[in-house]
Amino acid sequence: MTYPTLAQPLPVLISLVSAWLLLGMLGLLQPRRVGWVAHVLFPLGALVALGVAAVAALALGSGFTPQALVLPLGLPDLPFHLRLDALSGFFLMLLGIAGAGISIFAAGYFRQGEGTAPGLMGLQYHVFLASMALVMLADDAYLFMVAWETMALSSYFLVTSQHRIPEIRRAGFIYLLMAHIGALSILLCFGAMHGGNWTMTFDAMRGASLSSVWAGAAFCLALFGFGAKAGLFPVHIWLPEAHPAAPSPVSAMMSGLMLKTAIYGLLRVSMDLLHTGPWWWGMLTMLVGLFTALFGVVFAAVQTDMKRLLAYSSIENIGLIIAAVGLALLARSFGMDLLAALALAAALIHAFNHALFKSLLFLATGSVLHATGERNLGKLGGLIRYMPWVAMLALVGTLAIAGLPPLNGFVSEWLMLQAFLSTPSIPHSFINMIVPLGAALVALTAALAGYVMVKFYGVIFLGQPREPRLRHAHGAGILERIGLAWLALGCILIGIFPQAALDAVASVTHALTGAVVRRGGSAWWIAPVSPEQASYSGLWLLAGLLGVIAAVFVIVRLFYHGRVRRSPPWDCGYRWLTPRMQDTAEGFGQPIRRIFGPFFRIERELPAADDAQPHYAIRIEDRTWRAIYAPITAIVRRLADAVAVVQRGRLSVYLLYSFLTLIVLLIFVL
Amino acid sequence: MHMPSLATQFLHVLAAGLLLISFAMLAQRRIRRLIVLLAWQGALLSASTLLVAITAHQAHLYYSAALTLALKVIVLPWILMRLMKRLGIAGEVEPLVNVSTLMLVGLALVIFAFGLAQPVSALATTVTRQALGIALAVILLAFLMIIARRKAVTQVIGILALENGLFFAATSATYGMPMVVELGIALDLLVGVFVFGIFFFHIREQFDSLDLHHFESLKEE
Repeated sequence: MTYPTLAQPLPVLISLVSAWLLLGMLGLLQPRRVGWVAHVLFPLGALVALGVAAVAALALGSGFTPQALVLPLGLPDLPFHLRLDALSGFFLMLLGIAGAGISIFAAGYFRQGEGTAPGLMGLQYHVFLASMALVMLADDAYLFMVAWETMALSSYFLVTSQHRIPEIRRAGFIYLLMAHIGALSILLCFGAMHGGNWTMTFDAMRGASLSSVWAGAAFCLALFGFGAKAGLFPVHIWLPEAHPAAPSPVSAMMSGLMLKTAIYGLLRVSMDLLHTGPWWWGMLTMLVGLFTALFGVVFAAVQTDMKRLLAYSSIENIGLIIAAVGLALLARSFGMDLLAALALAAALIHAFNHALFKSLLFLATGSVLHATGERNLGKLGGLIRYMPWVAMLALVGTLAIAGLPPLNGFVSEWLMLQAFLSTPSIPHSFINMIVPLGAALVALTAALAGYVMVKFYGVIFLGQPREPRLRHAHGAGILERIGLAWLALGCILIGIFPQAALDAVASVTHALTGAVVRRGGSAWWIAPVSPEQASYSGLWLLAGLLGVIAAVFVIVRLFYHGRVRRSPPWDCGYRWLTPRMQDTAEGFGQPIRRIFGPFFRIERELPAADDAQPHYAIRIEDRTWRAIYAPITAIVRRLADAVAVVQRGRLSVYLLYSFLTLIVLLIFVL
Repeated sequence: MHMPSLATQFLHVLAAGLLLISFAMLAQRRIRRLIVLLAWQGALLSASTLLVAITAHQAHLYYSAALTLALKVIVLPWILMRLMKRLGIAGEVEPLVNVSTLMLVGLALVIFAFGLAQPVSALATTVTRQALGIALAVILLAFLMIIARRKAVTQVIGILALENGLFFAATSATYGMPMVVELGIALDLLVGVFVFGIFFFHIREQFDSLDLHHFESLKEE
């Protein structure tokens, strides 16, 4: 594929990012006018996002050399360094393409009188976008941390836009807390990587030669810090709280885009800044990722709130991506560049796909939420009749996330399985035994994800409305539909043309692992390992599917035409059917709850046999809260109580403290 | 031994006066007397600044001395007096415990301050370098006074005394701060006293008293 040439993409990107900031500021001119903010600024923001994607795509061209730039901003003697290379180009493209869809949707989504004023929301939204772009462009630890923290803060304000609700404030607090713990860890990681001369540019870090202890420490800190942002177990707890609390376009941005900045950061540190490490780096990352994936999907299966379900599904997908990153690290440590490239390509393409379909699904839940005012799966149902557009577009996302061909989810999960299955060549017998188990876990997770998505789609859109008022649900507006359709189109195109996705990641894998995944086969087929082992063609599969459908249709029309008999569906012999007889979200999750019982902390309230008004309730909790977070909270509280001893409430005592401090310091001078 | 000039000796007398007033303030129970002492301290400060200005031929110190006279001897004590009257506490007596212990601690602080000032005075080139120890002692004694007092008003007087000490330290170590800084500090003091005045009324409204031990109820349980 040939790309058009643009001599200086980096300054163009910087001006596009500034355009985002400017759009945000313009919203403050008339902060309460929805028309101005929603119908002028947000579509413009979407255009800017498209521009970012287009310019960033240049960096993926084969002849592109990384560009660096020093901006005279920031502190004196500490300017901002920026750099555009293949890795940042890929993630910026992801940001631009998914961000454009979300912005268009948001233009139709925000209404008057819901929480924060629209203008302020627009500012926070565009600052959020701009800071994510800056994270990917940063070339020194200083700018990276500034952008990273701006990203955390702007998204915090977006999450708490309806701050009058106590649960939302609590969710925001947990999010902010975890974001800061993660940021501290990343900061320490950069500190460990400075290599002795305290230069904080990424160039200096690349050149630094670290002892194995420091490199290991830096890696672990990076895994923890970026893991806290990505939602890795056990620092995932903010994710199921914050995503449902935020307005839907914001949930889409956080899940689809912000989690990817964490993937970007981990890749940047582990594969670019640090030199090739020992094999346990990859092993640790892979195992954590695999466990997170299984954990996420199992919890997603038992959720009854549609946005919480999607949040846990995000944990699952992030787990898969991180597992593939771990495999890439593992392969790199054994010098198996081709395998590393394959695993990395799978991780990158899955990250891209997740940005598309998870944003799509979160936005679809936003439309459902606006139409019905309901997030609880137990009170939804049958919406396909009242909002057909949203239902159809959400179906694309659902099939994609379930990993069904010919959509994009299948491509990346298939690549991932290929990578996990082609490891017997690793010269380490122990690892050779572990990695195929990883393949099994990936397959299990993918299957369970399909189960979860059947539940998600079936309970919301199919069947009968579980509440009478759902019959008044209205479809989404035109802007919302455009946003959803844009993302759905992306899901379909990558599914049908996986070659393009492989081309897009080729220069990234080349830069980070030194190898490129072979497309193999012919122009329409991809065969990353070898055509004998496995190959896939989205287009042929689609043609085959359509052909079978057409054949069945024709056969039915030809042979059965005229013998059609209309009758009511079989109702199991009941006198009548009510919507309450449908399978519920809880019912759907029940087998998983049984099988994976040890994962959950379950509190059940069962009715007694002679109860006049039988009442059944079940609460499912994450065990990590009690196992990890409650003890930490207790320790912090005890420490705080110990410190509180100095709080005497008497002014003279406080004055005495400062007086004694002064005297002690003066004694040092003496 | 080299005999210091008459002006320097006179300066030392004034400095000793400042220190004496600081001790007096530490032990003074009546608020009205305390304000008078503060005014006297200001007057001595102003006189010593004037003296330094004459001996060292520092033109800007003349303004400084005039400013000190106007602000610290006339305006601030007047504002404080008026505040006392409006709050109805002009004649009030503040109970002080352990005056003798306070005096002993004060003595220790003076010795400490002199020890601290020794190396600095050796480096300074001003005619007033010997007074730096006294200036530091005045600062520390004012701090001690703030700690020992329990009324909001007397604490504010302590802060003003502390500022006097700082000012004296600046004059003795480097012939005073630049004029702009001094003007800024003077303005800050003036505004500060007004703000404190407003706070006094609020505190009294809240607790029906200006005694700070009521603040203890604000502590978190």
